[in-house]
Amino acid sequence: MSGFNKVVTSYEEALAGFTDNMTVMVGGFGLCGIPEGLIEQVNKLGSTGLTAISNNAGVDGFGLGKWLEKRQISTMIGSYVGENELFEKLLLSGEMEVILTPQGTLAEKIRAGGAGIPAFFTATGYGTDVANGKETREIDGRHYVLEPSLTADFALVKAWKADTMGNLIFRKTAMNFNPMMATAGKITVAEVEEIVEPGELDPNYIHTPGIYVQRVIKGQFEKRIEQRTVKPSHQES
Amino acid sequence: MALTRDQIAMRVAQELQDGYYVNLGIGIPTLVANYIPEGMEVMLQSENGLLGMGEFPTEETIDPDLINAGKQTVTAVTGAAYFSSAESFAMIRGGHVDLTVLGAFEVDQEGNIASWMIPGKLVKGMGGAMDLVAGAENIIVTMTHANKHGVSKILKKCTLPLTGAGCIKRVITELAFMEIKDGAFHLLERAPGVSVEEIQALTEADLVIPEHVPEMKV
Repeated sequence: MSGFNKVVTSYEEALAGFTDNMTVMVGGFGLCGIPEGLIEQVNKLGSTGLTAISNNAGVDGFGLGKWLEKRQISTMIGSYVGENELFEKLLLSGEMEVILTPQGTLAEKIRAGGAGIPAFFTATGYGTDVANGKETREIDGRHYVLEPSLTADFALVKAWKADTMGNLIFRKTAMNFNPMMATAGKITVAEVEEIVEPGELDPNYIHTPGIYVQRVIKGQFEKRIEQRTVKPSHQES
Repeated sequence: MALTRDQIAMRVAQELQDGYYVNLGIGIPTLVANYIPEGMEVMLQSENGLLGMGEFPTEETIDPDLINAGKQTVTAVTGAAYFSSAESFAMIRGGHVDLTVLGAFEVDQEGNIASWMIPGKLVKGMGGAMDLVAGAENIIVTMTHANKHGVSKILKKCTLPLTGAGCIKRVITELAFMEIKDGAFHLLERAPGVSVEEIQALTEADLVIPEHVPEMKV
């Protein structure tokens, strides 16, 4: 096999080099598109002092909720607390530092980080607490906030399919933050549903080129649903 | 009579236009999707990465990889597209979304909105709301006019941490449809059977009342 074979077969290998006090990005929106096995492995490793960058922090007992339970995160950077009671409690008590960041700004900070852009101006958050202590500038009559970009020691992402070279394809709204995070990790680990040989994925439809991905592991996914909303299967006529 | 949640959504839906791309927030805004006028085509944007959100799936078609920004399982309509969060907020920040409807705890006569936290009590996080209010030209806020103790949420100045400054122009409550301009709320319409006096009594902000205030048609 060539030097481009990124496939690892154990979670220990997937997270080799992961230590306390690291900055780690974790893909997903709510519980949709999260790298379940990689999250589990960090939980098992018991690493602490982590700076976690993720839109949400899972739910009580699942996803990043497990890192919260074990108090593995010292700083959480995300956009939404929502109905996660433990997250809200740790935030309000000050036990965990939480940097709430507007969702679009968070996505762009990560995109910029991966693209080598150190900071950017955005109108989002101008005149709110989010802009406190940040440089602002008026451009063409509108006010903007300077937002520094984000990178991480590890980016843990979830994709649908990968080839052994680390080219990734995401599925539906399980894509969310995963593609940007894949670009912003010093070591990006992709946990995927299926690994195929190079050439089996049409190059036209690759979402994340393999250059961004250091390791690929085939995972098992529970895909827990947060809000199961359905309509009746058979409408009465 | 004060409007029900569904009637507020119905009134918002009258502001839709054929060919609009629309982002609907969580709560009452979500209900607007149920009242899109017959024959009108509207594409719903969900900021987690879906343009062309459809109705809820059946038990047979439910897909955990397909949710909306409220984390509810949904479907995608014909002609839909999936994309990343960065792409999604490029659409929002770049002003490509025609109409945004979202909820609020408070709004004030300077067009400020507070919707993401109550210090010491409740922190929901801003999610995409700060980006939406900063990026959209055309925003409708749906909210209750006052809290359950009768304390107005239509204020001279917001008391809670802001989601956005000077960005709100239109507000629909269970009592009134109001426009914010020149540092005051202007009463455009009242809920059927609700008097101007009732609205005035529950409005802390400066309220400009024209001689004739028509009733909403819902």
